[in-house]
Amino acid sequence: MSGSAYAIDVTGVTKRFGDKTVVNAIDLRVQRGEIYGFLGPNGSGKTTFIRMLCGLLTPDAGTGTCLGYDVRTQQADIKRHVGYMTQKFSYYEDLTLRENLDFIARLYDVPDRRAAVQRSLERLGLVNRSHQLAGELSGGWKQRLALAACLIHSPQLLLLDEPTAGVDPKARREFWDEIHRLADEGLTVLITTHYMDEAERCHRLAYLAYGNLLAHGTLADVLANGRLTTWTVTGPELITLAAALRGRAGVEQVVAFGTTLHVSGRDAAKLDAAVSAVRSPRHAWKKTSSSLEDVFISLMDQAKDNFA
Amino acid sequence: MRRFTFHRLWAMVLKEFIQMKRDRLTFGMMVGIPLMQLMLFGFAINSDPKHLPTALRIADHGPFARTLVAALRTSGYFNLVTEAATEAEARRLLRLGDVQFVINIPEDFSRQLLRGERPTLLIEADATDPAATGPAISAVRAISDHVLDRDLVGPLARLRAKAGPIDFQIHAHYNPENLTPYNVVPGLMGVVLTMTMVVITALAITRERERGTMENLLATPVRPFEVMLGKIIPYIIVGYLQLTLILLAARVLFDVPMVGSLALIYAVSLLFIAANLAMGITFSTLAKNQLQAVQMAFFFFLPSILLSGFMFPFRGMPEWAQWVGSILPNTHFLRIVRGILLKGNGLAEIAPALWPLLAFLVVAMAVGVKRYRQTLD
Ligand SMILES: Nc1ncnc2c1ncn2[C@@H]1O[C@H](COP(=O)(O)OP(=O)(O)OP(=O)(O)O)[C@@H](O)[C@H]1O
Ligand SMILES: [Mg+2]
Repeated sequence: MSGSAYAIDVTGVTKRFGDKTVVNAIDLRVQRGEIYGFLGPNGSGKTTFIRMLCGLLTPDAGTGTCLGYDVRTQQADIKRHVGYMTQKFSYYEDLTLRENLDFIARLYDVPDRRAAVQRSLERLGLVNRSHQLAGELSGGWKQRLALAACLIHSPQLLLLDEPTAGVDPKARREFWDEIHRLADEGLTVLITTHYMDEAERCHRLAYLAYGNLLAHGTLADVLANGRLTTWTVTGPELITLAAALRGRAGVEQVVAFGTTLHVSGRDAAKLDAAVSAVRSPRHAWKKTSSSLEDVFISLMDQAKDNFA
Repeated sequence: MRRFTFHRLWAMVLKEFIQMKRDRLTFGMMVGIPLMQLMLFGFAINSDPKHLPTALRIADHGPFARTLVAALRTSGYFNLVTEAATEAEARRLLRLGDVQFVINIPEDFSRQLLRGERPTLLIEADATDPAATGPAISAVRAISDHVLDRDLVGPLARLRAKAGPIDFQIHAHYNPENLTPYNVVPGLMGVVLTMTMVVITALAITRERERGTMENLLATPVRPFEVMLGKIIPYIIVGYLQLTLILLAARVLFDVPMVGSLALIYAVSLLFIAANLAMGITFSTLAKNQLQAVQMAFFFFLPSILLSGFMFPFRGMPEWAQWVGSILPNTHFLRIVRGILLKGNGLAEIAPALWPLLAFLVVAMAVGVKRYRQTLD
C-alpha cells in the first residue's frame, strides 16, 4: 500500500495473443477519486487491458502499480481492493440476488456480512427482488446486481467493463448518478463505454484503437487535440450533396444526422476548399465545433492507416 | 491472506450446495443412476431363473433314477424338455442353446448306488450366463443330498453317507469362472460411484468457465485449493447417499451377506469418493468445455469397469491390464468392499488396498491444483 496519488499508474503495458498484439505499450495514470472513461472500437483491447489491471491476465511487458500494488507480482493484494464488473454478466444465474451477494461477501470476508449485504441491496434498490433468481432478471437489473456485488467489499478502485451496454436511458442515468456519488466518496472508477454521452460524464478519457492509446485527457483536451474542423449543412437533397463531398481532398467524414450533414476533416484549409467547391445558396452552411464522436471516428481512421 | 482460509472454503461449499439443490435434474440423476444400474444388473442377478430348459440322458430307468428326476422337476428349476439319446446330441442341444442343462444319469446308477459306490451324476451346464445357472446348480446339490432318504430305508440306510450318496459332477461349459451376485452387487458400488462422482466434478469447473462465472471467481481472492475442495465436499455427501442406497438394495433386494463392519465401509469409502471427485476436478481443469470433460470422464470410466476386476477376474487379465488396473481406485475399492462384506475383513486386512487409494487422491488433487489456472491467459 502506498500513498501514491494514482490509483492506477502503469507504463508500457503490452499483451499479445499469439503473434497479435492486442494491447500495445499503454501508459496510463488514473488519479484517486477520478472517473476515468475508456473508449475504443470493438476489439481495441479495452477488456484485455482491464483484465491485466486486476490480475486476470499477466502482461507480456510493462510495469506499474494498481492501488500501489505491483500489477505483475501482487495480484492477490490487488484483487482484495478492486471491484471488477465483467463485460458479460458473470454472477450465478441459479442463485438469488441475496445468495449471490452473500457468496461474494463471504469470499472477501466482509465484516458484519449480513448487514453489509442488506445495505448493498437497499442502496441499489434491490430489496424487493432479493429472493429472485439472478437468471430471471432483466438486463438492467442484472447490471445493478453486478454493481452491488462488486461494491460489497468496499473496494478502493472500480473497474467497470461496459456496465451500461443494453440498459435503458433512465437506468443508465441512475447508474451514472450512482457512479458519481461513489466517486465523491473517494472511489476511483475506470469505466469502458461506447456511449458518447457517458464519455462526457467522465473526468478524464482515454481512447484506444488497435491496442494503441490514441488520445487521453479531459474532454476539452481530447477535443482540442483532435484538431478537427466540422461543417454542418442543412437543406434539400443532402444525399446528392454527400456523394459530391465524399472523396474530395480534405473531406474525411460525411455523416448524416437526421436533416443535417456533418462534414469534417483534420486539414481545415483543404476542407474549406472542398466545401467552397460544392457550396450553393440552396443549403445553409455553418462551421461548428466537432463532437467527441467526430473526433473518435477521425482518430480511428488515422489508426487504421497507421496500425491495421 | 495468501493462504487457505475456511471462510472462503465455506463460501464455496454453501454456493455449491445451493446450486445442487436448484439443479433438480442432476440431483435426480445422482440418485437415479445407482438405482437404475442396480435394477439393470439386478435383473440378471436376482431373477433366480426357474424352468430352465433341460435335457435328460437317462441310461438307467431304475426307481432311484426316477425319484431323482421327479425331485429335480419339482424343484422348479428344471423344465425337462427333451431326452437326448446320445452324448453327441446332448452336446448339440447345449451348443445351440436349446437347453441350459443336460443331466446325465449313467447306466448302472442304481446298482452302484446300492453297492455304496457313490455313482456319478453329471450335470452339464451352459454357463455363458452364470447368473442363470448358479441358483439351479445350488438347488441340485441340496436336492441330491436328501432326495433319496426316503428310498434308502431299512438296511439301505447305511448308504445315507455323510458326503451324500451321489457324487455330483458339474461341468460348467464356456465360463468356468462363476460370478455370483454377491460378487456383483458390492462391485456395483465402486462402479456407480466412479461413474457419477467423476462426471459430476468433471463438469464443475468447465461449467463455471462456460457460463462466464469463472472470470468473476478469479477476480476474487479465492484460492485454487479452496475452489476445488469447495466443489468436492458437497458431492462427498451425494456419494454417501449413493453408497447407502446400494447397500440397502444389496441387503433388501439381493440378500448380499454383510459379514464385516458397515462402519468400516463407510469410513473407507471417504477415501474412494474423494479420489474420484479429485479425478473429476482434475479433468475439469484440463478440459476446454463440458463436452470434453464428459469424454474424459468416460475414458476413465471404461477401464474402471473393465480392468478393475468388476467385469473380468483380475488375475485372469494380461499383465499390462493388471498394471493399469492397479492404478485405478475402483480396483482397490472392489477388493476392500468384497473383503469387508463377504469375508469380514478388518482394517488390518484391507490396509494394503488403502494406500493406493490415498496415493491416487493426493496425485489427482495435486495435478488439479497445479493445472487450475488462476488467470485467463
Ligand atoms: N483469450 C484470448 N485469446 C486470443 N485473443 C483474444 C483473447 N481475448 C481477447 N482476444 C482478442 O483481443 C482483441 C481485443 O479484445 P478485447 O476483448 O480486449 O476488446 P474490447 O476493446 O474489450 O472489445 P469490445 O468493445 O468488443 O468489448 C480482440 O481482437 C480479441 O479477439
Ligand atoms: Mg470488451
